[in-house]
Amino acid sequence: MARVLVYCELLQGEPAPVSLEALTLARELGEVSAVVLDPEGERAAPALGRYGAGTVHLGADAAYRDYLGQPAAAALGALVQELDPDLVLLGATYDARDLAARVSARLQLTLLANATGVVPSGPGFAASSTIFGATQAVLTELRGRSPLVLLRPKSVSASPAGEVEARVLPLSLPPDAPRGPRRLESVVAAAAGPQLEEAKVVVSGGRGLQEASNFELVERLARLLHGAVGASRAVVDAGWTPYARQVGQTGKTVKPDLYIACGISGAMQHTVGMKGAKHIVAINRDPDAPIFKLADLGVVGDALKVVPELIAELERRGVSA
Amino acid sequence: MKVAVLVKQIPDPSGAGRLDGSHRLVREGVEVVLDPGDAYGVEAALRVAEASSGEVVAISMGPERALEAIRKALSMGAGSGLLVTDPRLLGSDALATARVLARAVERSGAELLIGCTESTDGYTGTVPAAIAELLGWPALTFAKQLEVEGGRVRIQRQTASGHDLVEAEAPAVVTVTGGINEPRYPTLKGIMAARSKPVEQLGLDDLGIDPASVGEAGAGQLVSSVEPVPERSSGELIEADGAAARRLADYLAELKLV
Repeated sequence: MARVLVYCELLQGEPAPVSLEALTLARELGEVSAVVLDPEGERAAPALGRYGAGTVHLGADAAYRDYLGQPAAAALGALVQELDPDLVLLGATYDARDLAARVSARLQLTLLANATGVVPSGPGFAASSTIFGATQAVLTELRGRSPLVLLRPKSVSASPAGEVEARVLPLSLPPDAPRGPRRLESVVAAAAGPQLEEAKVVVSGGRGLQEASNFELVERLARLLHGAVGASRAVVDAGWTPYARQVGQTGKTVKPDLYIACGISGAMQHTVGMKGAKHIVAINRDPDAPIFKLADLGVVGDALKVVPELIAELERRGVSA
Repeated sequence: MKVAVLVKQIPDPSGAGRLDGSHRLVREGVEVVLDPGDAYGVEAALRVAEASSGEVVAISMGPERALEAIRKALSMGAGSGLLVTDPRLLGSDALATARVLARAVERSGAELLIGCTESTDGYTGTVPAAIAELLGWPALTFAKQLEVEGGRVRIQRQTASGHDLVEAEAPAVVTVTGGINEPRYPTLKGIMAARSKPVEQLGLDDLGIDPASVGEAGAGQLVSSVEPVPERSSGELIEADGAAARRLADYLAELKLV
């Protein structure tokens, strides 16, 4: 049976959703062990067991919290060399992307980013991904030992395996591990409303809002619907709103029940991140905008006019934030 | 401080991408541009160099046509360019690309390497951190703010829940997110001056790279199939007359979201 090592992370003290997604996928591929590099990692072990990890390799050194990338790369590199797994799966987070890149360079291992799935193929594995705005599905054979795969969030729906108690094995920090950039401070943005990736409703704004100050309309509508705010690359690049809100290829993948695109034309760069939404509403002036090809309900009109009208209509119906 | 910046010439992202028979991106006969993300990297590099009386070297790997991306960086104010071009590089994966670029960075003598978080065409986002590992440098990634003072590099790093303040000593790799700055437009004078700025062109042998470790030969992955994804079908399209807001609100009610 193939042996799969899954790198898991904590997000505000809980296992990151994408880590549970990766474990769920790994269960279909072989025998699963997890690795966690976090001083608070022990808290996650029971949940990782429930999602299928028979063993949790736990590195609890404070260096993983205090320094970026390099201590974790040294520890994960050493573990991969020792276990020689058939596959290393990582949920694609900011940290995991750096970590996978470092381990790949350190041990000369194949790395595939942006995977949406992994399947057995011959003696090894192949990873699926999409290109050109998720219009084409690509299957890539992974060569060499212990290939690394970064799984895009929301590619798999996480489900527990049952009450499995994971065996926790301590993992020590290699003594020669470089420390790397020091994390001086972590600032948690006062996030009103749900997280973008987990929200049931996402309201996104694009160039059609014409100027930065109008982006506030999107924020108001999102608040009213208890949703999260997203954005197209164009307005993030223009500095209207932070990168953390960018939906798309260069950015986040969301799969809400409802996605409302306000003044977004629907470039492939953007649609790859949102076309998995259950329902899509688009408001755009250009009747030929590609976003309308995806929309369940499209409104041809100026978002600057339609969004305030919708907010007023909802308020008239007694909807409040 | 000498600052290197990574630039890449890519097919215009607003056009429809195509693959050739070997599943490689078609780069011939299509409009090509400097990767829009790279403009932020070039701007960030210029600001660091300007504040430290240093200079910027723009580094790229690709066919000779990638010179255009370097020229764009030169017209914005970079002092020189370095292009690694070699037919044996065709088909290189992210790790092989990092091997080549790491050598180029070493050769440039730069103490700081800046890149964007990911290219718009390949979007693996793993090359800069892999270069850092190969050079033994720290990597400060996903910077939404960058400060360099003396040899100290400090960034605000994007995180899932906010940002971290992260610091390291140069030499280091930094990746910048879109929106970190407002890239300058090349001036006419800048465009003229770019023509006479030095651009070094190197092959694998010049950098002492084993051809077996790059290109098709060194790739750890092989595309086995490419198939179209079934498209979503579009639904109801209405005009924004007075009734649009009501129809939208009704739709939200149908979905039980209000």
